[in-house]
Amino acid sequence: MIRLFAALGIVCAALFIAALLVGPAQIGPVEGLRALVLGGEGPAPLVMREIRLPRALLAVMIGLSLGLSGAAMQGYLRNPLAEPGLIGISGSAALGAVVAIHTGLSAAWAYGLPISALAGALAGVALVIALAGPRGSSLTLILAGIAISAMAAALTSLVLNLSSNPFAANEIVFWMMGSLADRSMMHVGLALPLMVVGWAMLLPLGRGLDALTLGEDAAASMGVRLTRMRLVLVIGTACVVGAATAVAGAIGFVGLVVPHILRPLVGARPSRLLWASALGGAAMVLAADLAVRLILPERDLKLGVLTALVGAPLFLHLIYKTRRELP
Amino acid sequence: MTLLALDDLAVTLRGRDIFAGVSARIEAGEFVGLIGPNGAGKTTMMRAALGLVAARGDSSLLHYRPTERARRVAWMPQARDIAWPVTVEALVALGRVPHLPTGRPLAAHDRVHVDAALSAMGLDGMRHRTATRLSGGEQARVLIARALAQDTPLLMADEPIAGLDPAHQIATMQVFASLARDGRAVIASLHDLGLAARHCTRLMLLGEGGLVADGPPGDVLTPDNLARVFHVNAWFERTPHGPVFQPLEVIE
Repeated sequence: MIRLFAALGIVCAALFIAALLVGPAQIGPVEGLRALVLGGEGPAPLVMREIRLPRALLAVMIGLSLGLSGAAMQGYLRNPLAEPGLIGISGSAALGAVVAIHTGLSAAWAYGLPISALAGALAGVALVIALAGPRGSSLTLILAGIAISAMAAALTSLVLNLSSNPFAANEIVFWMMGSLADRSMMHVGLALPLMVVGWAMLLPLGRGLDALTLGEDAAASMGVRLTRMRLVLVIGTACVVGAATAVAGAIGFVGLVVPHILRPLVGARPSRLLWASALGGAAMVLAADLAVRLILPERDLKLGVLTALVGAPLFLHLIYKTRRELP
Repeated sequence: MTLLALDDLAVTLRGRDIFAGVSARIEAGEFVGLIGPNGAGKTTMMRAALGLVAARGDSSLLHYRPTERARRVAWMPQARDIAWPVTVEALVALGRVPHLPTGRPLAAHDRVHVDAALSAMGLDGMRHRTATRLSGGEQARVLIARALAQDTPLLMADEPIAGLDPAHQIATMQVFASLARDGRAVIASLHDLGLAARHCTRLMLLGEGGLVADGPPGDVLTPDNLARVFHVNAWFERTPHGPVFQPLEVIE
């Protein structure tokens, strides 16, 4: 087990360094790292510290968040097809961002788009808690999430539909694809505190998720407070997914596929999967963000497009395997 | 020592009275068989005693915080839920969760309890198998072992021997009886009245919206109770092989 975590850690570290060294500006590896650490005059420190570092940091933070919340969501719902977007947070955050672009708030104020997206996420989480009720089963949570996602998607379409400005519509469409290009330390500073809160809420859920392997009744009899756990899960997921969507747009399939790939390697234990999936998510987003820069560097391939392109076939494979295992 | 005290316990679900007026004290050393026809409220009574379903009246277990309660009573639900393909050993080790300080892995004495539970249910050879790939009866034994590993004074199990082969049914009843002899108590809902009559020290008969009879098997499994509650007649004798109970015919 320690070997797996060490391997994931090494992969993350290697990808992080690679992410710092790849970009359109021709900077040698030694020169780049020296500029990053020591600073100094000229364009190299600027590129390293203001462009590549925030991008690599965001990839790690967002990957960690999506992998962790995906593992927690699957563990809580005891369903390998669950994902963090299921409870409607990413949809409502995207709606907030789209409204900011449409109204021009994002152009007028640098913080406008992410703040508006966070407001959308907050509205989404408040709605999902109100709809699913404090007690209710995991099924009501899923249904509430589906309803909110559908509502947010419809309102997003309405904004696009009514948008008289083709440039705004264009911007909305590209933003929704999800990307880490041209992000700054401002985005890191905005997302990090929320994500840290979310990580601190989700990581300690491991033991309760382990107990839930035996079903809700047995878990409750073993001292797991399910009502509290569900609230922590929803708010923790809202923090990390809301923050991730606010700074990078919708990046799908990471929270679905990473826990699925890593589950056999941790003996299917939900508590171990939380940590493994967090590291695996960081590695996957770092790798995907490297790939979009290497495959079509001049065409600005969107990160969310790539994760979906890789994730969807894996998802099909998952459905195919689940179908074979069913009687 | 009283391990469970029920005082005038009653449950109403969706406007329907499941049962009412159940009062009982379960003492250390008792192996209680909870019997009754389908829908009599056996599961609901145990869940109400554990605080898993809202009830009127009182159960002594409701006075503990959830983590403290989990060290006093283990619960094996009827649904054989195993959500993930974990190993048998890992699943049984979940019984130790209520005893572990936050964030601490299993200690040596936790392993002792896990090993003892695996041995008691005859699972030594299966500890590294994947629990979800076992047969239904084997899964039931793994889940009983999980409850045993919780190492609580009181064990409550909902139809623990349903789906087990005869040898494992008898072995499980003997494990429960030996727990009771060691000064613990076991409450198990059962449909096999023959096994209940042979192994339990006490039977509680639920039916007609309440507790019909409560006492030693011979006092509970009377022709009158069987006819009224189960609508069957039966042959029940004390033989050189111990008490033998066999239901015979349905009474119209």
